[in-house]
Amino acid sequence: MPSTMPMRTDSGPGPAGLPGPASRPRLARGVRLAFDPARQRHVLLTPETVTVLNDTGAAILRLCDGERTVAGILAELRCRYDGVAGEEVRLFLAAMLARRRVEVSRG
Amino acid sequence: MDRPLGLLAELSYACPLHCPYCSNPVNLADYRDELTTGEWQRVLAEAAELGVLQAHLSGGEPLQRRDLAEIVRAASRLGLYTNLITSGFGLSARRAGQLRDAGLDHVQISLQADEAALADRIAGAPSFERKKAAARLVKKLGWPLTVNVVLHRHNIDRAGRILELAAALGADRVELANAQYYGWALRNRGGLLPSRAQLERAEAAVRAARARLDGRMEVIYVVPDYYGRYPKPCMGGWGRRQLTVVPNGDVLPCPTAHALPLPRASVRERPLAWIWERSPLFQRFRGTGWMPEPCRSCDRREVDFGGCRCQAFLLTGDAARTDPVCHLSPDHGIVAAAIRTAGSAAGPAGTLACRPHPGRARNG
Repeated sequence: MPSTMPMRTDSGPGPAGLPGPASRPRLARGVRLAFDPARQRHVLLTPETVTVLNDTGAAILRLCDGERTVAGILAELRCRYDGVAGEEVRLFLAAMLARRRVEVSRG
Repeated sequence: MDRPLGLLAELSYACPLHCPYCSNPVNLADYRDELTTGEWQRVLAEAAELGVLQAHLSGGEPLQRRDLAEIVRAASRLGLYTNLITSGFGLSARRAGQLRDAGLDHVQISLQADEAALADRIAGAPSFERKKAAARLVKKLGWPLTVNVVLHRHNIDRAGRILELAAALGADRVELANAQYYGWALRNRGGLLPSRAQLERAEAAVRAARARLDGRMEVIYVVPDYYGRYPKPCMGGWGRRQLTVVPNGDVLPCPTAHALPLPRASVRERPLAWIWERSPLFQRFRGTGWMPEPCRSCDRREVDFGGCRCQAFLLTGDAARTDPVCHLSPDHGIVAAAIRTAGSAAGPAGTLACRPHPGRARNG
């Protein structure tokens, strides 16, 4: 540095598409799930961004450990909560993948 | 009032490099009396209390502070996301290990070009090979790596090759950021501002690289505000999301606000919460009440917040005017003239003033 500060940027899209049921999502490198005590809410932190999460989003991301499959995450959520909509969970994960907050192994 | 999300901690303006686009203040010698380790620890604790979630440790060169790992550890223990913004100069295996142990989350390393001769000429010091070694070390220790490259007339034609180098170094993200004209960069604007044709070629190179990389590396392109229709929403609004603490403890709404004729606010004199919430400095341009026309009645007043106060001041002498970058600004002719000059110049022109090493009092 010092040469830049936050401003208008164009970061391009990340990988597109829904994660398959057998894929094993995990938080992307450098992404941290945290509880923000000042605002009493869960957040996802990267070097340049803060994403505010609702409780459902936080519950899904806590299960993205690179071990569980998407199917496993859904099963786990259904044990804990009523009325878990699989399609919504997959869409949420797809959005997180596209924004590079979550990754799945390539290949 | 919003709480701040990010703290930019400019730990020291000492830097082994001499880049002519540096946004540090021109009067570097005024910042030699640096905060102590204990003062930084207190600032970080007050920032976390205030709601800050990310600490960006920058400078100058933050590795010039020998207590950097202690500062990182303090931030990390407070739960802050810690981001080191460095030239890579001085990142030895030993220091990298200390920072890893202290909990550092992310490293951003600057590169000046894709090959040594040009990179070292821009940096004003032999540094290219050491930066590449530092980038490899970051990857070896498992950190996410962002490579940051400031683009200007002398390197923008190499954008494609710079992206190839970043990919070869294993960068997770690369930021190609067009220079912004503050501090040393404004002084050198005539020799740095690229032409429109150069920008168009660079944008084509970015599109091609994104297609080739297919999502493997995030490529961020920071548009040059001189060539935009609207100004950048600087800092996401004055005193709204971010704050900066500079080496001597002064607190600023943005890292280039040193230049503005506003009352100082220092962590050596006041708690950070008072400065954020109550100080005249942070209240001066908060919200939209201060705005003149054409901003006051503009649909975009809460999109770009009137643009950059520092740029308005540096170009017009009045920080409360619309950012002259905006095509609606009555002062837009100032920016248009700079662009015309850049377009008419056949090639790199003028002598660039390199920022010097400021020297410093001993604290770090």
